[in-house]
Amino acid sequence: MPRNTLNRQLNMVQDEILLLGSMVEQATLAAVGTLKSRNLREAKLVFEQDQIINEKRFAIENAILILMATQQPMARDLRTLAALLEVNTELERIGDYAKGIAKVTLRMGGAEVNLPMMEIDQMAELAVGMLHRALSAFIEENANVALAIPKEDDLIDALFNTAYSKILHEMVANPATIDSVNLALWVIHNLERMADRVSNICERTVFIATGELFEMDGMDEEDLNV
Amino acid sequence: MEDMNQSTKYAIETRGLNIFYGDFQAVKDISLQFERNRITAIIGPSGCGKSTVLRAFNRMNDFVPSAHATGEVLYHDQNIYDPSVDAVQLRRLIGMVFQKPNPFPKSIYDNVAWGAKMNGFRGNTDDLVEETLRQAALWDEVKDNLKKSALALSGGQQQRLCIARALAVRPEIILMDEPCSALDPIATLKIEDLMRELSQNYTIIIVTHNMQQAARASDYTSFFTMDTDRSGIMVEYNETSLIFTKPKDQRTEDYITGRFG
Repeated sequence: MPRNTLNRQLNMVQDEILLLGSMVEQATLAAVGTLKSRNLREAKLVFEQDQIINEKRFAIENAILILMATQQPMARDLRTLAALLEVNTELERIGDYAKGIAKVTLRMGGAEVNLPMMEIDQMAELAVGMLHRALSAFIEENANVALAIPKEDDLIDALFNTAYSKILHEMVANPATIDSVNLALWVIHNLERMADRVSNICERTVFIATGELFEMDGMDEEDLNV
Repeated sequence: MEDMNQSTKYAIETRGLNIFYGDFQAVKDISLQFERNRITAIIGPSGCGKSTVLRAFNRMNDFVPSAHATGEVLYHDQNIYDPSVDAVQLRRLIGMVFQKPNPFPKSIYDNVAWGAKMNGFRGNTDDLVEETLRQAALWDEVKDNLKKSALALSGGQQQRLCIARALAVRPEIILMDEPCSALDPIATLKIEDLMRELSQNYTIIIVTHNMQQAARASDYTSFFTMDTDRSGIMVEYNETSLIFTKPKDQRTEDYITGRFG
């Protein structure tokens, strides 16, 4: 079957996307870890390493543009490249969420605050798990798997609501720490948004497989979570 | 010439090459370097001199009585227009594939074997034919019919046979002048995949009207256009990925985006 060059270069871009995905997964888990450990050095590292994620995103974008310009992709090839461009951006934004969480750790510094760490941990684990499986389904172009993943967002939303209540409760109970505790809202917001972006990745998987563009169930940024 | 070392950085290089047909200057001051084991495409509008330049590389222009060249075409550190150069030997080392597949009206086997025998090949001809047809990605399709006339093959197969014929004399550089313009899209893509395979062992220079083909198949691209006096000039040369995403010269941009003329 002809088109060896296109196939080979497409596989290379897909490998790079998987690599970017695992960088983002690690950054997210590490950022949440610093919130627990309050290891500021580690938090600074996660914060700074977002730069590497950003650079990789641009390198991938450039490779995709070159492929589009030189290989004249059509039909499924074209959808795959357009979807890769989209997923590339989603991953970079998820990287920003991780960076934002690391920034919260840096802002809290050594302040003693009562955070809903259990919910935050669970949200991070669930979101990273969803992201991991969503990327696998994306590369394998498995629409059935991709369609199921956004449904897990309900769990994240439930955890968000619990954590949100706990944070509000803490603010009322300990007004002295309100500045720091307030930052935890930022953390749970980021994790909740991360799951939404995973849904976007799943939408692109279905797009590759079927050519249909549509919005999957799940909360949008504009929807209210309270 | 073939005994010279391979240490020169480029497979072939032009310096200030001018080619004339009588009084008319067809191309002007072309200085281009062709990377070894890479595919370089020359693109540009009709009449910009790209085929003229390609034919200079193995002195095919010698067959046009009014044609003459000034400047240099350096191959193994020697100007191929130097009187001491044997043009026949040169054409063995720098082979050519043409626009229209032109197999000899002989068997598939003889098409491959003939040129090699003419060049004094003494080895096992059966092995040579098989090896060369495999290199040209044609063996599996013809191995049971080697005695069949080459003219019975499809256009795409005939073109791959012509590539095999060029390979059989062990060239270093393969010049391709619009090798796919007579082929359908699938046969075209097969040739492009074959070019990619061959570039591991050969330097390929391709002239094409089809800039999408240059984009798909080449590592480097050179854009030619016509100067105000209608002579061909080289506008820009760069990696293909750059030529087709961020060309430096506005004339290149206009041509590749279809805003030319």
